[in-house]
Amino acid sequence: MSATPETAPVTPGAGGGPLLAVDDLRVGFATEDGRLQAVDGVSFELEAGEVLAIVGESGSGKSVTAQTIIGLTRSPNSHIEGSVRLSGEELTTQSESDLQSVRGSKIAMIFQDPMTSLNPVYTVGRQIVEAIRAHDSSIDRKSAHAQAAELLGAVGIPDAERRVDDYPHEFSGGMRQRAMIAMGLALEPSVLIADEPTTALDVTIQAQILHLIQDLNRSRGLATILITHDLGVVAEVADRVLVMYGGKVVEEGTLDDIFYDPQHPYTWGLLGSLTRLDQPRPHRLPQISGAPPSLLNLPKGCAFRPRCPHEFAKCAEVPGLEARLPGEPGHRDRCWLPPEQKRKLREIGGRIGLEEPA
Amino acid sequence: MSDLGASATTNGGGPLLEVADLVKHFPIKSGLLFDREVDQVRAVDGISFSVNKGETMGLVGESGSGKSTACRAVLQLLKPTSGSVKFEGQEIAGLGRRELRPLRREMQMIFQDPYASLNPRKRVGQIVGDQLKIQKIASGKELRTRVEALLERVGLSPEHYNRFPHEFSGGQRQRIGIARALALEPKLVFCDEPVSALDVSIQAQIVNLLDDLQDELGLTYVFVAHDIGVVRHISDRIAVMNHGKIVETGDADQVCEHPRDAYTKKLLAAVPIPDPRESRARRERTTAG
Repeated sequence: MSATPETAPVTPGAGGGPLLAVDDLRVGFATEDGRLQAVDGVSFELEAGEVLAIVGESGSGKSVTAQTIIGLTRSPNSHIEGSVRLSGEELTTQSESDLQSVRGSKIAMIFQDPMTSLNPVYTVGRQIVEAIRAHDSSIDRKSAHAQAAELLGAVGIPDAERRVDDYPHEFSGGMRQRAMIAMGLALEPSVLIADEPTTALDVTIQAQILHLIQDLNRSRGLATILITHDLGVVAEVADRVLVMYGGKVVEEGTLDDIFYDPQHPYTWGLLGSLTRLDQPRPHRLPQISGAPPSLLNLPKGCAFRPRCPHEFAKCAEVPGLEARLPGEPGHRDRCWLPPEQKRKLREIGGRIGLEEPA
Repeated sequence: MSDLGASATTNGGGPLLEVADLVKHFPIKSGLLFDREVDQVRAVDGISFSVNKGETMGLVGESGSGKSTACRAVLQLLKPTSGSVKFEGQEIAGLGRRELRPLRREMQMIFQDPYASLNPRKRVGQIVGDQLKIQKIASGKELRTRVEALLERVGLSPEHYNRFPHEFSGGQRQRIGIARALALEPKLVFCDEPVSALDVSIQAQIVNLLDDLQDELGLTYVFVAHDIGVVRHISDRIAVMNHGKIVETGDADQVCEHPRDAYTKKLLAAVPIPDPRESRARRERTTAG
């Protein structure tokens, strides 16, 4: 692995801006049942060496946000607005071929299911070689193969020299996910997007993969976007957190902001419904009643309103994503309730929750 | 396993289910003309446990530990290689299809994937009500009232009777699966990863529903999952499985707070703590030690 690839060095873009800046991103899809707004005005910035977690349930728009960053949602029936800038360079308007050179070499993505993301009829090594040579055909097969083995070793596959010629079925689930990460790292990207990277894995393997991501993030300054529904995973690795609901960011802040001073009732609900091994078990699990809304038929006003026990007249109007706590400009939320009232409302039996379990 | 099992059940106290030395091996065959057994996969390798009436037994383990195979072998959906399964004191291992049929009423199962476990071509009413018809318990108008009552009990509405599974969300589908399992008024319900395919906010709803139904109907559960947090919440006792064997059994809190077996400890240590300060402290402890 050489030093920095010849493509733009991994430094903030012109004007010293952030490594990745997503600004007012909107993604809509035309469906048979009408226009579906999957992502509705998402903005965030990511610095080198940072881990940003995007948390949400299915249909919250977290995966579509990530896929749109690398142009995977471009299609005749999609409508993308807003901007995604990598080191100052706009990605949403780039041609498909220009974007091709960004994917892999500057931003890599790993997916939830390592079973289906690897081609079963090629060896793992060959798939990594393919990724390397697709971006730089001057590298000969032999050195690319050596590089693939080195990468597999770097992500913790034992006996990598030999295992590089194995087929995916000869790898366990955890090893496949490691191989996916190795493939993602092959071109030394500056941003790694991990979409539910551990959801399909056993808990002991999950811990290993999370530590690997964390190590890579520290040792290589790899900026990471971690998409997950699991707040436990978030607590282990993230620096900053975005909580998404119904296509919008409903709260964002540092890890400690979100866990110890959450401002949005939805975040309270998520924190409350966790089963915790380090605390005595409650008689009943606090739950969030109802179901996440359909994006085709979002409630008027605040999208969480129908499920929120603290809903009041003002909620008919969509709250803006604003910093509502004095002196904490980075901690923003979309809830009309005054902060002092929230502090009282979220206290349920000594821990944070949405409401007393029925 | 005492001989008192049979008499104990008659007065309602003793174990509802007793499993002793249950083994399920799958042969690995090879050979050109004649299949020759070359080896075996020891999916379940001699497990014993008992479940008392009205209690919830949690079965935890990682994928491949044999927990699902154990369930299926107990339910006689897979023929056990050897061992004994006693339901209400009666030996059921090795019974034929016909002999098992009346027992099927007593033991039901809720499956993991609410998308794959409901027939997409059947209406909800049929999915929930067919077994009542097959077991000749109800038909016609009575069948419909019973199914509608079941749907209401699991938190759906009677109007859902004529809908198809695709019209429902994951959580609602799992409720249909639960209604189906309860239709025959079973005594014992096997829940095989019933919440792991659901969104976090919905998981709590389903766990609470299972809790309520247990109180209301006096059900006995065997609850299988890989998520120890959920298993601990719902279970009275927990058995931890690894490589086809039970490595530790005990009271749910006891196993989670004071694990004795090395594998249980490893499993518990890997569970992420949803508390940044705690997980930082744990990381420092592990790097220091």
